[in-house]
This record gives sequence, structure tokens and C-alpha cells, in this order.
Amino acid sequence: MSTVFIALQANEQTRPIIEAIVLDNPHAIVNQEPAMVKIDAEGTLVIRQQTVEELMGRAFELQELHVNLISLSGNVDETDETLTLCWNA
Amino acid sequence: MHIDLRTISIKPQRQAFDHLIRRFGDKQASRYQEGSYDIQAVENLHYRPTWDPDQALYDEGITRIVMQDWYAIKDPRQFYYSTYTLTRARQQETTEANFNFVETRGLGDMLPENLRQIALNVLVPLRHAAWGANMNNTFICGYGYGTTFTQPCMYHATDHLGIAQYLSRLGLLLGDTEALDKGKAAWMEGEAWQPMRRYLEDCLVVRDPFELFVAQNAALDGLLYPLIYERIVDDYLSTQGGSAVAMLCQFMNDWFDETSKWIDAVLKTVAAESSANRAQLEIWTAQHSEKAAKAVLPVVRLGLADEADDAVVEALAAFKARMKKTGIAF
Amino acid sequence: MDAKVNRKKLGLKEKYKLLTRDLGWEPSYHAKEKIFPYATYEGIKIHDWDKWEDPFRLTMDSYWKYQAEKERKFYAIIDAHAQNNGHLNLTDARYLSALKIFLQAISPGEYAASKGFARVGREFPGVGTQVACQMQAIDEIRHAQTQIHAMSNYNRFYNGFHAFAQQRDRIWYTSVARSFFDDAMSAGPFEFMIAIGFSFEYVLTNLLFVPFMSGAAYNGDMATVTFGFSAQSDEARHMTLGLECIKFMLEQDPANLPIIQSWIDKWFWRGFRLLGLVGTMMDYMLPKRVMSWREAWDIYGVANGTALFKDLARYGIRPPKSWDDAEAGIDHMSHQFMLGFYQWSFGTCFHSWIPSDEDMAWLAEKYPKSFNQYYLPRWQHIKKLAEAGTPFKNFGVAKLCQTCQLPTVFTEPDEASLLCHREGDYKGEKYHYCSDHCKEIFDNEPEKYIQSWLPLPQLFQAPNFGDIGAWMAWVDLKDGIDNGDYVGSQDEANFQAWRGLATSNSNAQAQGEQ
Repeated sequence: MSTVFIALQANEQTRPIIEAIVLDNPHAIVNQEPAMVKIDAEGTLVIRQQTVEELMGRAFELQELHVNLISLSGNVDETDETLTLCWNA
Repeated sequence: MHIDLRTISIKPQRQAFDHLIRRFGDKQASRYQEGSYDIQAVENLHYRPTWDPDQALYDEGITRIVMQDWYAIKDPRQFYYSTYTLTRARQQETTEANFNFVETRGLGDMLPENLRQIALNVLVPLRHAAWGANMNNTFICGYGYGTTFTQPCMYHATDHLGIAQYLSRLGLLLGDTEALDKGKAAWMEGEAWQPMRRYLEDCLVVRDPFELFVAQNAALDGLLYPLIYERIVDDYLSTQGGSAVAMLCQFMNDWFDETSKWIDAVLKTVAAESSANRAQLEIWTAQHSEKAAKAVLPVVRLGLADEADDAVVEALAAFKARMKKTGIAF
Repeated sequence: MDAKVNRKKLGLKEKYKLLTRDLGWEPSYHAKEKIFPYATYEGIKIHDWDKWEDPFRLTMDSYWKYQAEKERKFYAIIDAHAQNNGHLNLTDARYLSALKIFLQAISPGEYAASKGFARVGREFPGVGTQVACQMQAIDEIRHAQTQIHAMSNYNRFYNGFHAFAQQRDRIWYTSVARSFFDDAMSAGPFEFMIAIGFSFEYVLTNLLFVPFMSGAAYNGDMATVTFGFSAQSDEARHMTLGLECIKFMLEQDPANLPIIQSWIDKWFWRGFRLLGLVGTMMDYMLPKRVMSWREAWDIYGVANGTALFKDLARYGIRPPKSWDDAEAGIDHMSHQFMLGFYQWSFGTCFHSWIPSDEDMAWLAEKYPKSFNQYYLPRWQHIKKLAEAGTPFKNFGVAKLCQTCQLPTVFTEPDEASLLCHREGDYKGEKYHYCSDHCKEIFDNEPEKYIQSWLPLPQLFQAPNFGDIGAWMAWVDLKDGIDNGDYVGSQDEANFQAWRGLATSNSNAQAQGEQ
């Protein structure tokens, strides 16, 4: 299984997002790097709007991710409630 | 070790990049200047395009307009990406609030039926016209020469996409997806829309970037926006009790005022460059505005019925007066 | 209230379709081929543009909103950086050589990409694709501008930045980057997408931005970290566009596969050669290093590339033909480049230097297979010459590869002690190449590559006629100021003096060395 990743800027806005990713993806590995956080996960990684909202305590549009996104890998599937990264092989 | 860097004063080695000092003198340059002047490659281009070996990769010769220096053209708004985006972000907040206001108070549902029909019939098919305008401005940006000319065209293209999306949302709000389907059918087959669609398709095969600038941004939009958004939406629908529609179209009105200043500045500079340019602009403006007036007339009739003919004549006269101020008389 | 419209709840995908591709229409007053004249000549067959999957579904209002937020953050930091003499936070001013190369070679590429995406954003006959490309076109203007703005303040205090606009078109090493983008833009719309959208964005930009920007963070350069990460947040959309585009082309017709495969082979190698410049910045130009080019390649090149090509294998795509040679080259190219830059440093608008003993120990540790064996002895020899007061300068003109425009300084993939050099004949003319892959790229399109403008022969042509001083004036390089060794340079002296002021009690106005 290949690894997908998402990298976010390390700041106050992304803290709950990263926490949500960790909660929803127990297989994910969080790497702290200079000024950024890179999260690797085998096969797939899902970001759920609901989890982020619960941790943030406010409404959160998944597209807000763009503001602090640094990079990602894998095929992207975007719905109202989730953003999924995956490799098919 | 703590270094307090703010307290020291050091003398800069130079004020600005060389190419900006050459253009504007030995002083600090603005961010508009830094982000716009001389940033397109000029010489020693490597290969001819395989899609048209008669052109160079950046080619001044694909338009009939001749400029000694294309960077003589300037955007009076001094839009570079940041100022452009911040301006539009503020406007979209207002637009969003307007949509929200109309939606939450059910103002769309309270519209008198005849006004709703006019709004849907006139405005929804225009989302396709806005898409055509997007394509044309993308073309001008892609093939035009010099960043101070082409950069605002890319912003103009994405603006048109934004307008097409606002019009689509207006359609969804007032008439759901059926309104969009009906609007598209009218655009494709409705008699009133065929001259307009033809005008845009004619534009889509023009490959002279400056002629396209005249045909789309000056001639067509210069008639269409005042007629639709001022005459029909603001003057007619609002006074009849359709001010909800005017709220949803506020962006288009503000935007037309703002962008006209830019379009006029471009035309003025190009017309002032040479009598040959001026003559060419006069030919294009005359040809395209005459065609555009014919294309908008049946659409205006959908809103103003018998008053449409006079409205178009007035709009054409106003457009001529506007062009005259830029030095183009036709 | 009986006129109330019963509105359906639309999902994101459905709504986005209505707000983008539903805007287009089938023309009837002009033939489609006249409206989209360049859509077929490359041989790519598209049967149904509606099968296009949108990469990210940003409508313009959301785009304005989120991008404005990014812009506000970016310019707040840039302003603070300029106001507070942020440049004195750098670990060392030698670091700026990396930025000078970036501004002269990479930022103009961002602008070229913007023009290119505007063109394909008009030439593709599918609306979904047009919209995605147009957004990339406007993003790329952003990247060129944020980079110029971030480096503008460095230009006021340091040499080598001032003439990037002239050097983009004239100096020899920027021709590597510009020929890359010129090559993509002179290709058809589909090849352009594979070149920039797929090979460059998807396979290679992580290598350009992520580790390099971490390096900037390590070296106290907040301005660059900020533009880098801010640009990269758009790249996430661009990469996704590149990947969607390649999948779409492959799914549309099996006959597209061999064409696409040949483009992947070509553009991976073109990009790999170009990014060698970044490798040199990372291995040699960062006073404080974050990771080696080799390590960055293992993380972002190998791990990602392998996953990607495994994923695409279901369409019959295999990894680029040159993959193994690239892998072998990784242990050598940054050293070969830096040795080249050092010996031709009279002709570069940035400084180079001999790595310190500590640097060399680090390089030896990071490159156990190559550094001590091949490059340490050369640097030691060069160091000896410098200590003897006879620094090594190569005033000879290197042979440039007709395809990638780099001097032919590379070694054979399987024999690192042998210089790799290939020759070919075309219509009675002799051409030189740095590698088998560059020769193959030429051989596939000789009529294109015989047009290459080679920057070094320009030294001997009008208006320079072999006069190095005239050539320097022509490329706007200030001899003794912009070029040569960092040690003893004005940049070094000024940085030391200004830093001294910041750490002492002197209130005197520092003038800087003029």
C-alpha cells in the first residue's frame, strides 16, 4: 500500500485540523517539521468536517483548508462533509 | 543573543530593480510596478510554437495595433494579484450578505410573478454570455503582449466567471434548476438570444487580441451592462417592486463602473499612440458596436418591451460619447 | 406564498457543475474546430469532455475569499520583514545566492506558466478543464508577484538581485529554466498540461518548495518561507489538476497512452535536470541545512513518485524511462553543479564559494557513495589553489547541451569518473548533449531543438564579440560586485558590518560598502 500525505502550516488555525485528522485516522503518522506539519498515512486519509468543527467550536468549511495547506499527495475526493486522499494501488 | 534589529538604520545599496529605475527613476517602486513591468520574456526565445510556427512565443505582431512599448498601457486601478483579490473579497462579502438577505427573508418568493419572469428571462441566459466574455478575456491575457495590458484581462476573465456564477445562483434562488435549464434552452434556441449568441461565437473566432478587447470589453459590455443592470434591473424592476433582484445584481453595477475606467484608460493610451491605431480603433468600435446594438436589442425587449428601441439608441449614444472621451470618434 | 419555489438541496459536486461546465454551450454559428483550433493536432483523442472530474471545486467567491486571506497574511509578514531589517536575521548572507538564482530563473518561470495556463484555459474545448486552468493562470501571476515582492527588500541591500529581468533573457544559467518553459509553451495544450501540470507540478514541485522552504525557515528567511508556503498552498490545487488531467486523457482513449508516456518520459527528465539547480541550493547554499537533496529526493521524489506511478499502472503507464538514471544522478548532480558554478563564478550574478571543512564533512555523511570518492579531492585541490593565491577560474566556454541548456558537466550514470557527453548530427550540423535522454528528446523533435538559443555562444556574437566585459554589460552583471567568491564580497562585508551594528551600542548610521 502506498502512502498519501497532507502538509499544513504549523499555526493556531491548523492545530484543531491536525488533531481531527489524528482522531479520524488512527494509522496516520504526524511529522513536525520546520514551520509545517506533515501527516503521512498508508492508503487513505480522511478529513471530516464534523470532527474539525467539534474541535474548533465553530462552523468550518472544508475549503478553508486551502488557506493553510502546503501540499498533499494522492487522488483527491471532495464532498460537502469530507476530503479524502487515496492511492488506488 | 538578542538582536534588536529595528533600532539600527542602514543605508540601502539601491532603491529598486534596474528595469524599474530605468522606467521610473531612482526611487522605490510600487508593488504594482514591481509585479507588472517587464516581467514577460522579451528576447532570445527558444522555439517557435508548434501550434502556429508563424508566431513567436510572445508576439507583438498578432494584432493590428502597433505600440512602441506595450507597457505604456497602465491599469488605473493598479491591480496586481493582491489588490485585485482583496478588492473582490470585500465585494463578495457584500454580495454574499445580499444573497443571504434575500434568501432568509424569502424576498425572492415575494417577487410579483411578472417581475420574477422578467428577471429569469433576461438574467439567467446571460450567464452564458458572461462565460463567453470569460473565454475572450482569457484569450486576450494568453496572447496579448505585455503584462500591464494582459494581467487585468485575466482578472477580468475571472470576474466574468464570478458574474456567471452569481447569475446562476440568482437563477437557482428564483427558479431552481429548472430556471437554469430554461435559460440554457433560450440561449441555444430562443429567438431573442440568437443574435447575442452569434455575436459571442463570432468573438470566439477572432484571434487578434486587441480587436477582441474592443469587441468584447468595449462594444458588447459597454452596451449590455448599462442596459441590463441600470435600465432593466435598477430602473425598471426596482421601481416595480423588484428591488430584491437589484440587490442580487449590485456587484455587476459596481463592477461595470470600476472596470470601465480601466477599459477607457487602455483605449485612450492606444489611440493616442498613433493615428494608425486611432483609425483602426475607430473602425473596430464602429463595426462591433453596431453589431452589438443589434445583438442586445431583442434581449432588452424581454425587459422593456416597446421602450427597448429607444433605450438601445440612448445607450449607443452614451457609448459613443464615452468612446469620444478616449479619443475614438465613430 | 404559494409561488414559493421548492428548491432542491444540491450537493457540492452537482452545484459546482451547474456553476462551471453548465455555463458552456455547443456552438452552432462557427465550427468547434475554428473556436478550438489547437485541440487535435497532437493526436490526443477526447470523446467526452463531460467525463472530466473537477480537481477542487472552488467557485470564484470562495476563491476570492480564501486567496485574500492568504494575501493578507503574506503581505503582513513581508512588510514586517522589511520594516524590521529582517534580512539581518539570516544565518549568513551567502544564503542569498539561492534566492538570487530563484528570482532570476524560477520566478520568470512562474510568469511563463501563467501565460501558458491562460492559453490552455482558452484552448481546451471542455469547460471544467478551462476553469481549472484559468484559476491556475491567475495563481501563477500571484506566485511571480509574491516572489518579486518578497525579494524586493533584499535587492535594496544586497547585490545580484537587481537585474533579474534582463538576466532572465540573457544570462547563461537562466536559459535552463526558460528553455524548459518555452518548450512547454511552444507545445500543444495537452503536452503543456503533462509538462507543467503533471511532471512539474505533481512529480517535482514538492521538491522545489517544501524542503527548500524548510531550509529558508532554518536560515531565518521569513520572507521566503512565507511566499514558499503560500505559493505551495495553491500548488496543492495545481497538482491535483495535473493528476486529474492525466487520468482523464488516459481514460478517454487507449490510443492516448503511448503519446502520454512519451511526454512523461520527456518532461520528467527535463524537470529533473532543471531541479538540479534546487539541489545545489539545498546542498551547498544553505548555511544551516535541513536535509540533503538526496534525502529530499527520497521523501518527495521516490516515495511519492513510486506511489504515483503504481497508481497510474492500471492505465498502462510505467515510470519515466530515465528514472534509474535520475536516481543514480542524485548522488552527483549538486556537486557537479556547484563545482561548475565555482569555476565559472565570474559569469554568475550570485556568489559561490569553497565549502568549509564542516560543510564537506556534512556532504560526506549525506553522500557516502559519492562525495569523498569523487568530489572531496576536487574541492581540496581548488582550496589549495585559492590558498596559494591562484584561485581556479575556468574562462573556457563550456559545451552546452542542445536540449536542457546545461553545461555538459555530468558523468555517466554507471561510471561517475567519466564525463558524459553525447553528439549527434542533424542536417549536416553537429549537436551536443549532456545525456542519452537529452539526445533522445532532441531526436524526437529535432526541428524544435535546433532552434534552441544557446547563451554561451552569444559571448562571441554581436554585440559582445568575445569581450567578457561587453558580455557582462550586456547581461547587466557588475563585475567584482555581483559575481565571484562570496568570501571578500561586498555582500559579506556589509552583512557583517550591519550585524555588528545590531549587536553593539553604536548608533552611527551604517553606510554599507559602496
